Amino acid sequence: MLDAMLSALSDLLTLQHLLYMLVGVTLGLSVGVFPGLGGIAGLSLLLPFIYGMDPTSALAMLIGLVAVIPTSDTFASVLMGIPGSSASQATVLDGFPLSRQGHAARALSAAFVSSLFGGLVGAIVLTGFVLIARPLILLFTSAELFMLSVFGLSMVGVLAGRSLAKGLGACGLGLVIGSIGGAPATGEFRMIFNTDYLYDGIPLVIVGLGLFAVPEIVDLLRRDQSISSEGGLGAGWFTGLRDWWKNWWLSLRCAGLGTIIGAIPGLGGSVVDWLAYGHAMQSERNTENFGKGDIRGVIAPESANNAKEGGGLLPTLMFGIPGSGSMAVFLGGMVLIGIEPGPSMVTTNLDVTYTIIWSLALANVLGAGLCIILAQPIARLTTIPFPQLAPFMIAVISFAAFQATRSLADLVALLVIGVIGVFMRRFGWPRPALLIGFVLAAQSETYLYQAVQFYGWEFILRPGCLILLAFILLSVWFGMRNRVDDTAGDELRADIDDLPSEGRAGLRVRMPQILFALFAGACFAAAFVDSLQHSFLGRVFPLVMASAGFLSVALLTWQLVTKGNRHNVSQDTEVLGEYASDSEAGSLWSGMFWIASLVALSALLGFFAAMVVFFVLFLTIRARTRPLRTILLTAGAAAFVLLLSDALNLRFPEGLLQTYVSLPWPFG
Amino acid sequence: MTVSRFTRRAAMALGVAGAALTAALPASAQDVTFEGETIEFMIPFSAGGGSDTWARFLAPFLQKHLPGNPSVQVVNEPGGGSTKGANLFAARARPDGLTILGTSGSTQFPYLLGDPRVRYEYADWNVVMATPTGGVVYTTPDTGVESADQIDKLAGQDLVYASQGATSLDLVPLLGFRLMGLDVRHVFGFQGRGDGRLAFERGEVNIDYQTSSGYLQNVQPLVDEGSAVPLFSWGALDDEGNIVRDPTFPDLPSYVEAYEAINGEAPSGAEFEAYKAFFVAGFPAQKMVFLPEGTDQAIIDAYKQAFVDIQDDPEFQEQKGPAIGDYQLATGDSAQNLYEQGTRVSDEVRRSVVDLLTSEYDVTLD
Repeated sequence: MLDAMLSALSDLLTLQHLLYMLVGVTLGLSVGVFPGLGGIAGLSLLLPFIYGMDPTSALAMLIGLVAVIPTSDTFASVLMGIPGSSASQATVLDGFPLSRQGHAARALSAAFVSSLFGGLVGAIVLTGFVLIARPLILLFTSAELFMLSVFGLSMVGVLAGRSLAKGLGACGLGLVIGSIGGAPATGEFRMIFNTDYLYDGIPLVIVGLGLFAVPEIVDLLRRDQSISSEGGLGAGWFTGLRDWWKNWWLSLRCAGLGTIIGAIPGLGGSVVDWLAYGHAMQSERNTENFGKGDIRGVIAPESANNAKEGGGLLPTLMFGIPGSGSMAVFLGGMVLIGIEPGPSMVTTNLDVTYTIIWSLALANVLGAGLCIILAQPIARLTTIPFPQLAPFMIAVISFAAFQATRSLADLVALLVIGVIGVFMRRFGWPRPALLIGFVLAAQSETYLYQAVQFYGWEFILRPGCLILLAFILLSVWFGMRNRVDDTAGDELRADIDDLPSEGRAGLRVRMPQILFALFAGACFAAAFVDSLQHSFLGRVFPLVMASAGFLSVALLTWQLVTKGNRHNVSQDTEVLGEYASDSEAGSLWSGMFWIASLVALSALLGFFAAMVVFFVLFLTIRARTRPLRTILLTAGAAAFVLLLSDALNLRFPEGLLQTYVSLPWPFG
Repeated sequence: MTVSRFTRRAAMALGVAGAALTAALPASAQDVTFEGETIEFMIPFSAGGGSDTWARFLAPFLQKHLPGNPSVQVVNEPGGGSTKGANLFAARARPDGLTILGTSGSTQFPYLLGDPRVRYEYADWNVVMATPTGGVVYTTPDTGVESADQIDKLAGQDLVYASQGATSLDLVPLLGFRLMGLDVRHVFGFQGRGDGRLAFERGEVNIDYQTSSGYLQNVQPLVDEGSAVPLFSWGALDDEGNIVRDPTFPDLPSYVEAYEAINGEAPSGAEFEAYKAFFVAGFPAQKMVFLPEGTDQAIIDAYKQAFVDIQDDPEFQEQKGPAIGDYQLATGDSAQNLYEQGTRVSDEVRRSVVDLLTSEYDVTLD
């Protein structure tokens, strides 16, 4: 074993291999900065060059890229409130408020050190465990995987915000949206409403962008400020390092958690950041600031999401089972250089395995180092007046959204989820709870069904399940004690007591909230009715979830109707909160109008032409930029998008125009 | 797109004078060149999967052997269990030889079953190559079976299989086991054959199959340590269309032999026809390369020749192991033969399979 480790290390530490790794790292950083692109896009860029390369260089390059994606995607999460990838959604919760308070550089450097540390922990665990991991991984059967999904769902308690009914309602919405498409047990298509797009379900990236990025863009567009309300960058990156050092124990725990979750095939990496965030909430003291800009809310998910990549390599290498989309591409890359994963990775190919592990550690150091250097200059983005930044952000999230299935329907889905996200923000519904429900819907349903098939309902008595059940109960108990409140703008308006709160007049004040609760109730009713037309196995999960969600929302509606404006279920930023007495703020609808206009233009002209028209219109009308600058900015954005899509072999979604006229690329 | 427009384009690319004259003459394969062009190799799956790896492995060889050495780029169009990409190809690809489609069993099955999402017609397309694959069925020694010739011991036992879904490629084992008379419970919702193998290793299921390369890499070690017993290979198709032993596993009985061992006679009848149709679409004709409807014969011939040349390329033969397996590419007539068998099914057979899926597995296809 030592031989293999040393020979792998000396093989790797040659100039040629380090150079290839640097290529991978640099590409990973450049791709990772753009939200939604992530590892899959980056690896697909590399694959054409892989065939025929020497294996060590190719592996160094591939791993260099995989390792730095969860580091660099932090930029978008922290600076713009756009989840850079599914692995850093939780980072948005505290990272973005920190940016708005002018602490962007601090948040970034704390995030990067955490990433670096998490990546190294992942590599160390991998080194030790690779030889004995096989039987350990096999301990996690469908029964334990189901319990782990429930453990993930138990985080909803801590993330529910001020009203548990809203939290459960939001989680229920996520579970229902997550069960759109083929039922795992029977393949019946649920809630597809004769739409081809819904057969596969709604892609995670779209739910993440719609819930988090769209509401923030809409919110920022109401004022003509920069993202950083202070206008400056505030305390520098050194403070961030100190923040991490003060919380190294939290960082270590989350890194361990990330490695374990990553190593268990079937759970997937997209919940790991939420588990870490929830864990921080449950175990730390003084949590009242979580969700409003607590640096620990950045350290926890960032430590976990890099460690996850190390853990995720275990099932990929030893069983040939990719734990995530990027691991699937990595697996394809390995096959192209002639390495087939399997048990041989810990016997005859052990040196290859160690090459991969060492590459992972080295790439994390390189990547985090580069990011820390870049943090200060890139954080300046937050000082640009937002109207000038907005068209880029809208274009970027649209571009990211249609990576999912490369069709116009992706943009429509983004808009619909975005509108839901905007209203959830307005009425104080916890968006993380919806996301957790969405991510875990398919897993909890599939594993429950499989566990019952294989073991009967007695599966719950398996030792592993009982241990996990104890964890779940602990998690719920701690969750009830330390609930995080991420609800934006929860300060109530000063003259709130002058508003009618009782009777009919009070009802009228709270009517918008009540209507949204009724909308959620209608969604549950629709899911309920749809489920009735399916077989028992296809029906039971959405039926139960929709019923539970319906009950939560019914309770919520009753509270909204009978309790006063100051009750903790009542929240409405437009009527009762921050925007009620703010005459300078623009309308809630203006930002949504602009996003909708890009989608509508795309439907007419195809995405590329639509984007150009949108830029000119937005910059001229909304940002009031001078014509020359408008042209330059538009041309810059167009050139960039063309470059990116050319590199990715990407066709843009077509519009109505293209069905009548055949146009050359990029218009057709 | 017509013949004349294509040749004109090629001629211009070469900078040859007298384009009008060339256009008037019938084109032949020798005249076709893709110099300076970029060919899109459309794959209706996301990057990283088996079909994507297959295409990316083939791309540099196509580049080397197509006339004019065009750049060949793999374009992923995932969605709808590969129906979206195939629909896109059917609706948009121009017959100029610059867009080709790689399909898999997952594209063939919805077409054969009459899935409402399918808006492509295999009969319209021109096949230029088919890549066969195979698979091996194995069980655990806990069933009392110690070697392939004891397969009859499985009759009457409760067997459990980890399936990706009744309409996925796992339809072949579903129909096959059923026809053999094995009592197999299919547990659905698995994400791939690798996922199913993991369930086997965890002891959750007791019968499984892996495609050839997955079997050699991941199951052979289990067989060596005595925790798995190979039963049979799905088999290969000979020139007369008979199911014979898989050349990669000459020592293992084929499906037909295994059937005989249990039932005492060779399989026949309507149910066997149904099984065979999906078997061919899922294994011997699993992956195919197509040119769109209306493509000029000269272009089709150029592609066919390129795949013949790839087959003869020693570098290809040496490297193909992990990505293709130990199978020969089917080119020319044998590709045509596999394509016809793998994409045609009589209405009767289709109806019987769909009825079975509906009545026993709650599958709705319309």
